[in-house]
Amino acid sequence: MKTLVVIPAHNESAKIAEVIRDLKKFGYHNILVVDDGSTDNTGKISQKCGAKVVTHVVNRGLGAGLGTGFEFAKRNGYNCLVTFDGDGQHEAKDIKRLLFPIQKGVCDVVIGSRLLAQKGMPWQRLIINHISNFSTLMLYRVRTTDATSGLRAFGKKALNQIKIKTDRMEVSNEFFWEIRRNSLKFLEIPIKAIYTEYSEKHSHNTASLWQAVYVGKGMLLRLFR
Amino acid sequence: MMSINFVQAVLVVFLLFALSRVVLRFKERQIKIGEFLFWSLSFAGAVVVVVLPGETTKLAQLLGVGRGVDLIVYASIVTLFYICFRTYIQLENMRHEITELVRKLALEKKSK
Repeated sequence: MKTLVVIPAHNESAKIAEVIRDLKKFGYHNILVVDDGSTDNTGKISQKCGAKVVTHVVNRGLGAGLGTGFEFAKRNGYNCLVTFDGDGQHEAKDIKRLLFPIQKGVCDVVIGSRLLAQKGMPWQRLIINHISNFSTLMLYRVRTTDATSGLRAFGKKALNQIKIKTDRMEVSNEFFWEIRRNSLKFLEIPIKAIYTEYSEKHSHNTASLWQAVYVGKGMLLRLFR
Repeated sequence: MMSINFVQAVLVVFLLFALSRVVLRFKERQIKIGEFLFWSLSFAGAVVVVVLPGETTKLAQLLGVGRGVDLIVYASIVTLFYICFRTYIQLENMRHEITELVRKLALEKKSK
C-alpha cells in the first residue's frame, strides 16, 4: 500500500526534525510536511530531513493543512494516508497498528485514541476532549473516545470520499461528520501520547476554553455548509 | 382622511429611499431575485407598519402576541438572528475559498 504520512505544521522548527527522523526509523519515507505559513524554519528543516514540503503562503489553520495533505495524496496516487502531529506527541511505531485494519479491509478509517488505554492526559486537555467528544455525539451523532486525536489513518475509499470544508481545529470533529455522511467504517485503536513541556506549551494556544467555544461554532456551521 | 406625523413621514421617506436602492441594485443585477424579493417585501412591509400601526396590533392579536409593537420586535429579533447566521456561513465559505486558493498555489509550486 502506497502510504503518505501528512504532518500539518505551523512553527514546529524545534521538533519537526525529530518527528521526521522517528518516522523514517520505522520505515515511513513518504512524508509530507504541510508548512502552514510558518515564520520559522519549519519548511527548510523538513526538506533537509528528506520530507516533501508544500508551503501555504499564509497561515490557514489545521484543517487547511490536512486538506492540502489529502489533495496531495489524491493527485499523487497514494491509496493510504496517515495524519501525524508535528509536536512530537505521537509515536511512529503506532502507525503500523493503525494501518493493519485498513490493509485487511476491515475498515476505512482508523482513529488513534489516546483515551482508550492510557491515563495521564493533562486535565485541561481531558476536559476539552470530553466536551469535544460530547459535541461530536450531539451534532454529528458519532460516538468517539478521542475526537481531537491527531493520529489517524485513511484508506483509499475514505481518501476519495472525505471532503474537508473546515479550516481550523474543528477539522478533527469534521472527520466524524464525513465518516457518517459517507457511511465509512471506522475503528478506534489505543495509542500512546507523549506529553512534554513543549507539546503542552504549544497546545496552550489551541486547547483553551475559548478555543473550544470557537470550535463548537465551527462544528455547528459545518452542518449548514 | 389619514394623517401622519413628522416621525412617520421621516421613516416613510427613509424606507422608500431604501426600497429604491433595492430596485436599483436589482436592475444593475447586483442582487439576485430572492434577495430582491426579501428586501423589497421587508421595506414595503415596514412602510405599511409605519403608516398603519393599528393594523399590526390586529395581526398580533390574531397570532396571540398582544401588541403590534411586540410582534414587530419579535419578528425583528428572529430576522436579525437569521441574517447573522447566514452572514456567518457566507464568511466561513469565503474563508474556505481563500484556503482553496492558498492550497492551489502551494500544490502548483510543489509540482513545478
